[in-house]
Amino acid sequence: MERLSLNESPAPAPRTPQQNQQFSQNALGPAGPQPTGGPPQLPPQMFTTAAQLLDLTDKKLVLILRDGRKLIGVLRSWDQFANLVFQDTVERVYAGQLYADVPRGIFIVRGENVLLLGEVDLDREDDIPPTLTRAPFEEVFELKKKEDAKRKTGDKKRYDELQALGFEPEHSGEILF
Amino acid sequence: MLFFSFFKTLTNQTVTIELKNDIRIRGILKSVDQYLNIKLDDIEVLDLAKYPHLSSVKNMFIRGSVVRYVMLPRSEVDVGLLEDATRRAEAANQAGKAR
Repeated sequence: MERLSLNESPAPAPRTPQQNQQFSQNALGPAGPQPTGGPPQLPPQMFTTAAQLLDLTDKKLVLILRDGRKLIGVLRSWDQFANLVFQDTVERVYAGQLYADVPRGIFIVRGENVLLLGEVDLDREDDIPPTLTRAPFEEVFELKKKEDAKRKTGDKKRYDELQALGFEPEHSGEILF
Repeated sequence: MLFFSFFKTLTNQTVTIELKNDIRIRGILKSVDQYLNIKLDDIEVLDLAKYPHLSSVKNMFIRGSVVRYVMLPRSEVDVGLLEDATRRAEAANQAGKAR
């Protein structure tokens, strides 16, 4: 029962020296509503998903999904789970040294499928790395299909070998790109 | 919540994040939220040649669920304080169970 008071306001009850020490270093961790001492903290509303996404709203972003798709569009709306609405979306497909753009339109993306959102530097967006060439999308799709098939067999082989040795594949065998 | 608080103390530090798809990104930690989603500024992608789609990205939002590691500057981590905070969190946890 005595431990109950550990993170509450200092009670007049006598404490062990160890507990006293814990009270004196209260900079981190689940302190009570008002942390005592420690470095000054930034306002908590800065550390929410909403605050992070608010800065990115109405900007041109690269969205990378868990299945490896790269979408380029304007973020128009979102919620606390990072469910997103993208407008004027273009899917950019990469394969080997080629890439192609496919116009897609509006996307509503469920948050769990989001890998990352990158803000496009508008000064640099046209600086495509010189090794890449734009190609008709049929050609890129064809090449990508081959690449994906090759990676799939490679991954399967590796997982089978790992499993034979008693290892569980990372993220339950789901492949992230 | 402990790691949320911990990452909050690391804002404006340069960190390297490795994602579950092996991309490694170095940048300035700008913000973190309760899911450990992370915002990085002035990013630099290690092995950029493999990830050309990130070549024109300056800032990014990374969903917490796809992060594998966050590499921190050693000098900015007070291990003693972190250990102590962990024990306190556990003690609070135990106290909550006993209630």
